[in-house]
Amino acid sequence: MDRQATMEQGLTQAVAAPRLSTAARRRQLREKAIAGFITLMAFTGIAALLLIIVFVAKEALALFMDAEARHEASLSKMFMAQEGRYPFRWQPVSDTPKVSMIPLFVGTLKITFVSMLVSVPLGVFGALFVAEFAPRRLRELLKPVIELLAGIPSVVLGFFALMVLSPVVKDLFHLDRPLNGTLAGLALALAIVPVIFTVSEDALTAVPRSYREASLALGATLWETAWKVVLPAAAPGILAACVLGFGRAIGETMIVLMASGNADLVSWNLGDSARSMSATIAAEMGEVVVGSTHYSLLFFIGVELFLFTFVLNMVASTWTKKVLRRLTGSAS
Amino acid sequence: MKSLLKPLLAVLLVALPSAARAGSVTIKGSDTMVILGQRWAEAFMKKNPSIKVQVTGGGSGVGLAALQNGTTDIAMSSREMKKAESDKLRARYKAPPVHRAVAKDGVTFYVHQGNPVGTLTTEQLRGIYVGDVSNWKQVGGADAPIVAYSRENSSGTYVFVKDMVLAGEDFAPAIQTLPGTAAVVNAVSKEKNSLGYGGAAYAEGVKELKVKKGSEEIAPSADNIKSGKYPLARDLFFYLRAEPTGDIKAFIDFALSPEGQAIVTQVGYFPVK
Repeated sequence: MDRQATMEQGLTQAVAAPRLSTAARRRQLREKAIAGFITLMAFTGIAALLLIIVFVAKEALALFMDAEARHEASLSKMFMAQEGRYPFRWQPVSDTPKVSMIPLFVGTLKITFVSMLVSVPLGVFGALFVAEFAPRRLRELLKPVIELLAGIPSVVLGFFALMVLSPVVKDLFHLDRPLNGTLAGLALALAIVPVIFTVSEDALTAVPRSYREASLALGATLWETAWKVVLPAAAPGILAACVLGFGRAIGETMIVLMASGNADLVSWNLGDSARSMSATIAAEMGEVVVGSTHYSLLFFIGVELFLFTFVLNMVASTWTKKVLRRLTGSAS
Repeated sequence: MKSLLKPLLAVLLVALPSAARAGSVTIKGSDTMVILGQRWAEAFMKKNPSIKVQVTGGGSGVGLAALQNGTTDIAMSSREMKKAESDKLRARYKAPPVHRAVAKDGVTFYVHQGNPVGTLTTEQLRGIYVGDVSNWKQVGGADAPIVAYSRENSSGTYVFVKDMVLAGEDFAPAIQTLPGTAAVVNAVSKEKNSLGYGGAAYAEGVKELKVKKGSEEIAPSADNIKSGKYPLARDLFFYLRAEPTGDIKAFIDFALSPEGQAIVTQVGYFPVK
């Protein structure tokens, strides 16, 4: 009792009460040290993020500061159609380097589109099934197995796509080329489904039991309850899951590098090969001459990727708020 | 704690500018040459236990950049140094860089084993890769689209093909690129309408194309590459900041000795002598 009193005193009136027992003071010091340590840890994360941004931006900045680089990779060369046989090319290693970002944007979006098209319904409905309909035994089997899929290294998934999936996809869709945007998107979906599934499932199970009970008591069927009550109630969480999946899709590298064929085509045809931004960085960073225009360009792609995900997160969070307001609209 | 110290120390030693240390040689560069460099280093260190040779890859460009900023003694390169790179070196070290051809490599074009086409001219290969030819029918094969694979533009092999076969022109946008020669060989072995290229050492499970020059069909065989008859052969280089001395000279002499050149053959490349 006495000890506790001293401790409380020590916590609340550290300055006003200078006469503390050594034990209490030591405890107080330890508390402070721990709090400081945890704060430091939290700030290390932020500092690391800031340092990464500064580093990447600094390397990309040479593109705008250096006269030679500015000539070789001007904004119009990166984003506007150029004269010649092909208006948009990514051929940075050339006598006259062609540095259009358009094929990379198209490739990235194409692959991301395919993967989201597959993984959003699969992930969300899978989660809905597991959360609402599956018997307990089945749920206890399904959940860990799908989550296990998230633990497979992406390079293994890429290799799987390259070796096993490519002939199957080629024959299934009657495509000319075994490596294409569809294959990359499908392989990518393997990595994203578990992300969307896990987060959605958590959101669905977090919906209070009383909602379901009320709905069922009013005479709704199981399906009506799941579709019209539980799913809308979990909507913000499910949106967050999709955003997380999208972020992963746009940044994923190894799967895309191995399965997409990496041709710098500007084509929305899903059967054509595609070159993504992240795969371009991964493939070319290894041998690029440090400090060259090409080197800065790769960092600039990194900045673009960062902006992409940043903007996406902003849009998604405002959108989530909007949806939330609409769902609870009448109440507030 | 002691077990932690050792790797830490090793990292520190590597990070230090090792060029200054006696009894050690660092080699960095082309991924094509990494295995070759490592075999040379192993054999050399067995003979000269006092000298440590350290070989790392990263690519020709990385090696040449490391030579420039002094973090390696020898840069391995599967292409000749570009003018910009040699100018930078010359400006920094007041002397032109020195190079030695240490092995020969042939770039081979591969097709699927079931493909009836066995020979192409360099003009036909150029036509396919710049996008003028898109069907096997146009070069004497079956009526099927050509699925052409290339390497990433950071690879020495890519630059080699671009210079030697495409005469500096750009690859067509439809040409797919894959990371690494092994991936190209793998993809070609699985797709019956495909065409790819890579080092001669890698061709397994695929058909190697002969290259037609005039009326002669030249196979990418060891003899043809060694004699320079095969048109798509290249030298593999060691680049140095100055004329080699001491340990570095000893290592290069070893690489060029009959014993060193025997290792070249073992690894799958071709001797320069």
